[in-house]
Amino acid sequence: MNFLIGAFNPPCSVTISLNDEATRKQVPWRKENGQTDMVPLFKSQENIIGKVLIEPHGKKVEHTGVKIELLGQIELYFDRGNFYDFTSLVRELDVPGDLYERKTYPFEFSTVEMLYESYNGANVRLRYILKVTVSRNIFSNIVAYQDFVVRNYTPLPSVNNSIKMEVGIEDCLHIEFEYNKSKYHLKDVIIGKIYFLLVRIKIKNMELEIRRRESTGAGPNTYVDTETLAKYELMDGAPVGGESIPIRLFLSPYELTPTYRNINNKFSVKYYLNLVLVDEEDGRYFKQQEINVYRLLATS
Amino acid sequence: MIPDGVEDEEKWLAAGITGLQQNAFYMHRALDSNNVKDALKYSAQMLSELRTSRLSPHKYYELYMRAFDELRKLEMFFEEETRRGCSIIDLYELVQHAGNILPRLYLLCTVGSVYIKSKEAPAKDVLKDLVEMCRGIQNPVRGLFLRSYLSQISRDKLPDIGSEYEGDADTVVDAVEFVLQNFTEMNKLWVRMQHQGPAREKERREKERSELRDLVGKNLHVLSQIEGVDLDMYRDTVLPRVLEQVVNCKDELAQYYLMDCIIQVFPDEYHLQTLEILLGACPQLQPSVDIKTVLSRLMERLSNYAASSVEVLPEFLQVEAFAKLNSAIGKVIEAQVDMPIAGAVTLYSSLLTFTLHVHPDRLDYVDQILGACVKKLSGKGKLDDSKATKQIVALLSAPLEKYNDIETALKLTNYPHVMEHLDNGTNKVMAGVIIQSIIKSRICISTAEKVGALFELVKGLIKDLDENLHDELDEEDFNEEQNSVARLIQMLYNDDPEEMLKIICTVRKHILTGGPKRLPFTIPPLVFNSLKLVRRLQGQQENAAAEEVAPTPKKIFQLLNQTIEALSTVPVPELALRLYLQCAEAANDCDLEPVAYEFFTQAYILYEEEISDSRAQVTAIHLIIGTLQRMHVFGVENRDTLTHKATGYSAKLLKKPDQCRAVYACSHLFWIDDNDSVKDGERVLLCLKRALRIANAAQQMANATRGSSGSVMLFIEILNKYLYFFEKGNPEINVSAIQGLIELITTEMQSDSITPDPAADAFFASTLRYIQFQKQKGGAMGEKYEPIKV
Repeated sequence: MNFLIGAFNPPCSVTISLNDEATRKQVPWRKENGQTDMVPLFKSQENIIGKVLIEPHGKKVEHTGVKIELLGQIELYFDRGNFYDFTSLVRELDVPGDLYERKTYPFEFSTVEMLYESYNGANVRLRYILKVTVSRNIFSNIVAYQDFVVRNYTPLPSVNNSIKMEVGIEDCLHIEFEYNKSKYHLKDVIIGKIYFLLVRIKIKNMELEIRRRESTGAGPNTYVDTETLAKYELMDGAPVGGESIPIRLFLSPYELTPTYRNINNKFSVKYYLNLVLVDEEDGRYFKQQEINVYRLLATS
Repeated sequence: MIPDGVEDEEKWLAAGITGLQQNAFYMHRALDSNNVKDALKYSAQMLSELRTSRLSPHKYYELYMRAFDELRKLEMFFEEETRRGCSIIDLYELVQHAGNILPRLYLLCTVGSVYIKSKEAPAKDVLKDLVEMCRGIQNPVRGLFLRSYLSQISRDKLPDIGSEYEGDADTVVDAVEFVLQNFTEMNKLWVRMQHQGPAREKERREKERSELRDLVGKNLHVLSQIEGVDLDMYRDTVLPRVLEQVVNCKDELAQYYLMDCIIQVFPDEYHLQTLEILLGACPQLQPSVDIKTVLSRLMERLSNYAASSVEVLPEFLQVEAFAKLNSAIGKVIEAQVDMPIAGAVTLYSSLLTFTLHVHPDRLDYVDQILGACVKKLSGKGKLDDSKATKQIVALLSAPLEKYNDIETALKLTNYPHVMEHLDNGTNKVMAGVIIQSIIKSRICISTAEKVGALFELVKGLIKDLDENLHDELDEEDFNEEQNSVARLIQMLYNDDPEEMLKIICTVRKHILTGGPKRLPFTIPPLVFNSLKLVRRLQGQQENAAAEEVAPTPKKIFQLLNQTIEALSTVPVPELALRLYLQCAEAANDCDLEPVAYEFFTQAYILYEEEISDSRAQVTAIHLIIGTLQRMHVFGVENRDTLTHKATGYSAKLLKKPDQCRAVYACSHLFWIDDNDSVKDGERVLLCLKRALRIANAAQQMANATRGSSGSVMLFIEILNKYLYFFEKGNPEINVSAIQGLIELITTEMQSDSITPDPAADAFFASTLRYIQFQKQKGGAMGEKYEPIKV
């Protein structure tokens, strides 16, 4: 069996390293095998500079060329195995030849356009990788990957209206609610209030839910996954007409992402605030409102 | 949701406590290892036990108290944590990540307390945030306890004047605002409690609500403790806001309790200065609210305040406290049509107490109150409501006690009108109280007008108000009542005879309406009171005689004659006879012969026509004799007529011994020691001899009927009379007569047939001893006695 193992062992090891590895921020990233690794974090328009180290295991390694690719991929789980590369940059590192000893290839991708953020969803994944290929023949290419994460920051929106709405069931329940903004950054606080105009049902409590709606595919093949990320009790007991109940919900404890709209025509991720009133018979009355989530450019 | 029984509730409470303790245990572990995240997690879980709806407020409180203790530890931990460099602002955010609102808010309040202490943010901002966030709990019981917790932790952290949390100018306004808001919200929750759950359990719920009331009232207490709440702020902010809430909540239980709270917790001088505002709220309360108790308490407090120091009295005047209270009461009574009479009277009674304390000099106020009361009672007739009656008695007694002077009360024109509304029994009691008060104070009522008013007051005792109640009267009670009236009559006095006569006339007018049962009690004191006047006039008669209008004894005697005549309707001839004789004697002293004669005539007529009982006759005849003996005003003719009659009556008495005694008593009528014109020795002797004859006859009668001779007592008595006249120098009484009598007695006593009588023996022996003594004394008397042998 030994020679078999030897036969399947790659003849050389490939390591990708970044020049600013020590200082660059690392964030957790769940890989396809389910494990979470710490990976470097980039944003669009950054330079990605590093080295590729190839170390043959004793014998010489023949190859038909060495290249490094920067790939942005969208993977739809229902369409497993198909990757849609929306970004693909290649740097040739070596011409065909033989490798006798370890060799380091520097590489650089300058001001890379990476419009989409890395995303790990229920039915879809968007990831960025650096892929090094030591080409030999079609069957025995030696490939190494380095995942990295892209996050893009948005400045404060210039217009950010509040969400204000009056809803109700005729002669039964009339409420007016207000969220102070329509666009929230990831560490934002939702401030608002619910004003009870008319209450004829026996309310037990009231909650505010944060829901994520991820839709993938297009047309008849659209898959929608909705996940409730937060259930935040706003009120305990039955109010009477005229009461106003304050809302203050900190978003930081929840794992939100920015809102993604129609990413490469493959998927969208949207966030909703769902105001739920529960009556004593556990009947639920709710009103859902979309909010825009963005990643705020940290200002120092 | 509603517990089925006490047992289940106990079970749930036990389960709640277990859950709480378990999480508290983990929380402590987290605290010990400085693990903030776990501490928050377990404390939130611990507090989740308070989310239960299964416990009654009473049991919930038990759970709450346990959580409260645990939260103290958590608060200390937070404090240490901030000292270790943990940002309090971060903590303040961190606790708000809790998903369930109730634990979240308890934690928020706890951290908030530390936040204020850290002074990293102005206290007012933190408090404002906390009180605002607490709106999330709309369940009454949970909300009340949460807000009570907030109130508890914030008490010592209010930005009050002089507090270390006082910030820039006017932060006390924020402190007040905070407490007011918390109070308002708590009250709303509390009021709402009654509407939760099925209607059939309303009663139980109201009981539970009642148990929770102090949670709400505590806020008012906190308000009263804030240094910065001065009068201006109280008047302009605190009171109007609190009252607004009280009025608007439209809840009976809350309104009553909170009004009472306001009155009890804030200082008296504030009440005084804001009376108008406070009272203005009263008519706006629900009709079922027991305003009378509330107002009564207020007035009671103000009364005590007024009593505490004389210096505060000008304040009362300045704010016109009386006028305001009076009009407020009027409005309340008007607004609450259903208020029972007792309630209205209670109010008036309290107002009266207040007035007596604050304005003791303003009798018109008192009268005004009574007048208002009369108005309220008018058309209601007699009250049969015992509570109302009690209150009226209190109302009427108050001025008496205060002034301790019936004269003042008599000036109150409405006083008798109020009394009219009492039922007869109570009316009498009240009249009794009035009389007792007069007697106690020993004050003489000195004008006819007042006497008139007084008798108007006590007319329940003076005459029958209701015929049919007659028989139910207890004899003893009646006597006592009438005795007190008699004492009252004795209390009437004026130095001026003219006025005194008027008083007498007034009294007479009143008591003559009293009917036969009362006259025997009331006429004698009147007669004696009149006679007192006569005696007084006696001295000054000469000077005063000139004046036409001046009362003369003659006039009074005429009046008396008529008065005594009234007794004939009763009839009580013995009493009338005595009174006639008294009058005769007085007339005698005034040298009014015809008047005296007339009185005697009346007495004789009574004797002849009315007094038929032999015993009464005996008494009467002795009285007549006694009085007549002392009369010196009569001329010979009149005197003869009267003495002759008297002797005649004596001889006609039924029993021989009585006859005998009356006859020898008559002997005195002919011998007046200091009056030489009446010294008829012969007729004296005649009387005595006649007495002896009767005594003999009596002896024989006794022998005949019983076989033994009666007592020799009569003889000894006659002997004494002999000795008396002998000594006085009656020439007709000589030694031999006395000697004969002594021998007779001695023989009688030694006779076998006689029944031994130690009293008679002793009497005789001492009589003899007296003779012996006189003999030995020597001198003229000794010589006179010398011949008598014993």
